[in-house]
Amino acid sequence: MSGAIQFKGIRQGLLVTIPPDDEWAKVIADLAIRIDQQAAFFKGASLALDVDKRAVRRHELANLLNILQKRDVNLISVLSTSATTQGAARKLGLAIELVDPPTTTSHVPDALKITESPHEAPLLKSDVHGTEGLLIRRTLRSGQSVQHNGHVVVLGDVNAGSEIVAGGDIVVWGRLRGVVHAGAYGDETCVVCALDLQPTQLRIGALISVSPPSKKRRKHPERAYIDDGMIRAEPWTD
Amino acid sequence: MSGRVITITSGKGGVGKTTTTANLAMSLASLEQRVVAIDADIGLRNLDLMMGLENRIVYDLVDVVEGRCKLKQAMVKHKDYPALALIPASQVRDKTAISPQDMITVANELKHAHDFVLIDSPAGIEWGFKNAVAPADEVLVVTNPEVSAVRDADRIIGLLEAEERPVPVRLIVNRIKLGMVRRGDMLSVEDVVSLLSIKLIGVVPDDEIIIKSSNEGVAATGRPKQAFEDIARRLMGEKVPFMNLDSNGGVLERFRKLFGGG
Repeated sequence: MSGAIQFKGIRQGLLVTIPPDDEWAKVIADLAIRIDQQAAFFKGASLALDVDKRAVRRHELANLLNILQKRDVNLISVLSTSATTQGAARKLGLAIELVDPPTTTSHVPDALKITESPHEAPLLKSDVHGTEGLLIRRTLRSGQSVQHNGHVVVLGDVNAGSEIVAGGDIVVWGRLRGVVHAGAYGDETCVVCALDLQPTQLRIGALISVSPPSKKRRKHPERAYIDDGMIRAEPWTD
Repeated sequence: MSGRVITITSGKGGVGKTTTTANLAMSLASLEQRVVAIDADIGLRNLDLMMGLENRIVYDLVDVVEGRCKLKQAMVKHKDYPALALIPASQVRDKTAISPQDMITVANELKHAHDFVLIDSPAGIEWGFKNAVAPADEVLVVTNPEVSAVRDADRIIGLLEAEERPVPVRLIVNRIKLGMVRRGDMLSVEDVVSLLSIKLIGVVPDDEIIIKSSNEGVAATGRPKQAFEDIARRLMGEKVPFMNLDSNGGVLERFRKLFGGG
């Protein structure tokens, strides 16, 4: 006999406890059903998932994350005593302890910060050191949003009505029309580059700028950065 | 052979989804296709008006889903095209009366005996939209050459691309005003297509005639009729060149062409 999934309201959102003996696939399916039954209630909710001793592998957790995202439910943290589960959660950018719900400021919510972990996958050998980024190989459409602690690179357009918030730089190999925020943790050395830079709003660190009204301008790659306390854009040639 | 389920949607309201659905249904029927049109805009039904069938409705989609009638009984046969039927929306219920699974069940049943099942989606991105696209094999997104309509179309396309089972999405640019495009006061078809980067299946010129024919519940005439018929043929797999929208250009335009000015 297995118990049912239990929900409990806590300060940080909803604490979800799953039955210890059910198969993971069944847990996911049951959870999806419970959410669908009360879609309006769960929409936008922050979940903390308590799996106790269960070892959940990264792809299993990713499956769950995917299903929750489709239903507009945010999984913030995964609580477990299993090292496997903790590792999987970390790799997916989830917290492994309760965290306060994300704030509504333009900055990256605390919950999205990846806790540095000593057992990261080994890096392939490289002569050059860099920082991590997220590569998105499609066009971001209106209503879509990307938040990432590192750099964000888009191979495609960033349409008006979409947004990118990055801890680092933002590079768009296409048209940039949406709202972008580089250096969202306050790094003013960050840059925003695009083949056609025409964002609705461009933020770097704590500064905000808007694009000059577009007359018949020729499209050319540009790079925006902070110079002397102001956001400037210059041709991206070097 | 099984037919195709095609959902017509837009995000923004008032861009011509229902007009498009009605006219595509009638064009396809005139091309000897077996067509059934479903009005999925529960609570705000309009498709019956545009097809001139309001006074023939007995049962509706919600009656079918809730088991008060057989699917056949809810199908209102068109007065001019015997191979065209409409399944009307309920006027007294709302969108929550049916579920995506209901729509899939209904559409699957209709697919067998029809070449095309057209679904007229309500505006918005909520429940009604999800119902309308759940059974779709293909989706047609209708937009106008206006910034807000294009923005909403972009949102819809994003949602469709993110579906578990992505289906082909094609674009109809409705209500293009040639004079305004020529003067540079309206987004051109090229602008819209480049912004949305999906395949174009048709362009419908703005024409007052549409308002008259919609009010009377009959098929469009003139250039809009031609445009819808072209789209119908493209849906059937024919290669139809896009209408030369400049052919009715003003006197100046014709002179410019005569004298070979670019």
